[in-house]
Amino acid sequence: MSNSLKIRTGLVLGCLVLALVSLGPTLFGSDLPDWWRKAFDPIHLGLDLQGGMHLVLGVDADKAVESRLDAVVDQTEELLREKDIIFKRVDRSPGDRIVITVYDEEAGGKTDAMMADAFPNLEAMTLTADGGYIQKNYRLSDSEVAAIREYAVRQALETLRNRVDQFGVSEPTLQRQEGNRILIQLPGVKDPQRAIDLLGKTARLEFKMVMDNANPQDAVAGKLPPGGQLLYERRVDPRTGAASEIPLVVEDKTILTGDLLSDAQVRIDTRFNGSYVAIDFNAVGAKRFDQITAANVGKRMAIVLDDTVYSAPVIRERISGGSAQISGSFSEQEATDLAIILRAGSLPAPVEILENRTVGPSLGQDSINQGIISVLIGGLLVIVAMLVYYKWSGLVANLVLVLNVVLIMALLSIFGATLTLPGIAGIVLTIGMAVDANVLIFERIREEVRLGRTAKAALEAGFEKAKLTIIDANVTTLIAALVLFQFGTGPVKGFAVTLSVGIISSLFTAVIVSRLIFDLYLSRGKVDRLSI
Amino acid sequence: MQIIKHDINIDFVGKRKIALILSGIVILLGLASLVVNGGPNYGIDFVGGTLVQVKFSTDTDAAKIKDGLASLDLGSVVVQRFGDEPNEFLIRVEGSTKESNLSALISGNLNQVYGEGTVDIRRVEMVGPLVGKDLREKGVLSLVYAMVGILIYISWRFELRFAIGAIVALLHDVLITLGAFSITGREIDLPIIAAFLAIIGYSLNDTIIVYDRIRENYGKHQKQGFNAVINHSINETLSRTILTSGTTLLVVVALFIFGGGVIHNFAFAMLVGILVGTYSSIFVASPVLIFWDDYRSRGQKKAAAEGGAR
Repeated sequence: MSNSLKIRTGLVLGCLVLALVSLGPTLFGSDLPDWWRKAFDPIHLGLDLQGGMHLVLGVDADKAVESRLDAVVDQTEELLREKDIIFKRVDRSPGDRIVITVYDEEAGGKTDAMMADAFPNLEAMTLTADGGYIQKNYRLSDSEVAAIREYAVRQALETLRNRVDQFGVSEPTLQRQEGNRILIQLPGVKDPQRAIDLLGKTARLEFKMVMDNANPQDAVAGKLPPGGQLLYERRVDPRTGAASEIPLVVEDKTILTGDLLSDAQVRIDTRFNGSYVAIDFNAVGAKRFDQITAANVGKRMAIVLDDTVYSAPVIRERISGGSAQISGSFSEQEATDLAIILRAGSLPAPVEILENRTVGPSLGQDSINQGIISVLIGGLLVIVAMLVYYKWSGLVANLVLVLNVVLIMALLSIFGATLTLPGIAGIVLTIGMAVDANVLIFERIREEVRLGRTAKAALEAGFEKAKLTIIDANVTTLIAALVLFQFGTGPVKGFAVTLSVGIISSLFTAVIVSRLIFDLYLSRGKVDRLSI
Repeated sequence: MQIIKHDINIDFVGKRKIALILSGIVILLGLASLVVNGGPNYGIDFVGGTLVQVKFSTDTDAAKIKDGLASLDLGSVVVQRFGDEPNEFLIRVEGSTKESNLSALISGNLNQVYGEGTVDIRRVEMVGPLVGKDLREKGVLSLVYAMVGILIYISWRFELRFAIGAIVALLHDVLITLGAFSITGREIDLPIIAAFLAIIGYSLNDTIIVYDRIRENYGKHQKQGFNAVINHSINETLSRTILTSGTTLLVVVALFIFGGGVIHNFAFAMLVGILVGTYSSIFVASPVLIFWDDYRSRGQKKAAAEGGAR
């Protein structure tokens, strides 16, 4: 045996051993020793095969900018009052502007100075006169707006990650995508609807005082008292399960928000056999809560989550410990989820579900079975065809084909790629195309044999001439596959991956491995005729 | 064993005009169907909407399911059988809905009609209109990028005229497959774009192998003339073309029959694409070289004649 032959044999055997070792955890799972399972992950199955949920959420970053401006409006009103600057009103107007309307130049000048001092990142804009008033316009600089939007998306990702972590799914994926989008993948999720409810909620917790002197029925008819806001309280009848909504007029102003919470836990109310959520404020929140309850004993305070009133209890006494409870008519599950989202914190801006693909575990299993059946049947047909057509050389092609599938699986496992249903289709397709390389070589060899060359010379010439053709043909397919990889999402990407990996591995097996097998065969002695 | 005799010599090049007419008719049929149907039949991936796959424990039919959903007032609802299963259906709701829990509503309603616990929601796909538009644009772009990349590679490895021939063959294959989808009323969704790209890759594979032979033979037998070299090359590679297409078809047919409903349309696209791709590498890609050559030499003669007259 020549040296080159020895080296090549060693190389191919090495690859084969490495491939089989890396596939160990996929094939035998937990029976293997620890070090083995730690070294190689089993092949990841895509959500379409193992079942699960693929969500794309869009963060409404504009809302984050708006709410920042709303906060600035509130603060500005307070500052103007503090500084005794007489003003008509402060508004947020379209185009992300704040408009302060004052009566004279003097107040205008003072306002400018105050705003420059308090909000250095606001840009003052040109004045427009309007019926004797002076309007002072301010807007956020573009870079500031971009920063707020950026922060909103990052914060949303963080909050969603907290929620998912507490939801209890193994190996969830959260990724930021372009255009304020967040991709969430939850493999094997049991209750998709609950996941949507949990992730989609903004969870903006607010405490507002109830305007007891306002008549809710008037408000429903459209007559809202100034500074008031109409909200609905959701009540579920514990016996019938029927939900009803009761109108309630609350003060526009929020006195306390969920940002100041430090913890939230589900508790069982033994008297009524219902669940409630016990919340604890942090130091700042506790102090504020203490002041508010002290000042409003006997009045009702509404606990509002995302513009729905959960409950509106009467403040019986000053509460100084910094704990409170949210009771409402909810089931234990709902209370658990409420506690989760309160602990995880609110989203800085509402999110919208842009894409949802959920595959149940039973369909995933069916897909796996059907995929395996197609691979086996397709592979078997090809193997028989090659044997009939090329006899012993066909056997070499088949050997190489099986090796090819093993290598593809091993590469998927080593690179931690995900196998999806289109990915299985990619493998099936590769089986068809991998044979092509061998067909090209064999046809060339047959041509050379017809020209009267010896077995060895025909083999050499056949491989040499076919090599470039094979490379050219495969590189173009590889280009298509790589483009697909760039563009593809989820399952389609899986197809691109197996197709690319398949092309590379079939180049290797056809050009190097099947050549090696032929060379080994020839090296055993004088061969007059090839079985081809 | 041999299917194709090694000394076979079919006059493919002589039949290029017939092939051109045949291809033209098939493409026009497809385009006509596309026009009649008002463009490709995009799935929810590209237009937005919701798809719910439901499995019932008893056999049922689309009309009964539609009745069961009538009270939800979902707008345009299409109910289709999933594969050949008598108890499995796809419910497709077009356009965007405000309801984030459409599948829960559908499952609730069907449970009422068919009895509690007999309805299994196997798959839900909801794509918002924004995402649909994105995916559509990206899909078209990816086809364009793939073609440009291939054009550059072939121009570099061969010559520009070969690249043009290859691209014409690709467009031919994609157009016919698109037409086949329209005529059979199949939906185009995300995996179908993947199938199109795979068809592009496959068709090229075939074309390049013929081109490679043309390039090789052109150096050796230049005296025979361009047309004869092309015909000779097609015949020489015919055995390989048939065999590879055959084996690839075997696996794709296996996928089509046994791969299950989710992958059915994908396999159909591949099936059509491989058949058409094999045909085009023989009857389209190579004859384009001849048409291109004729056109160029006519142009040169004309230029020479004009130059002489001056």
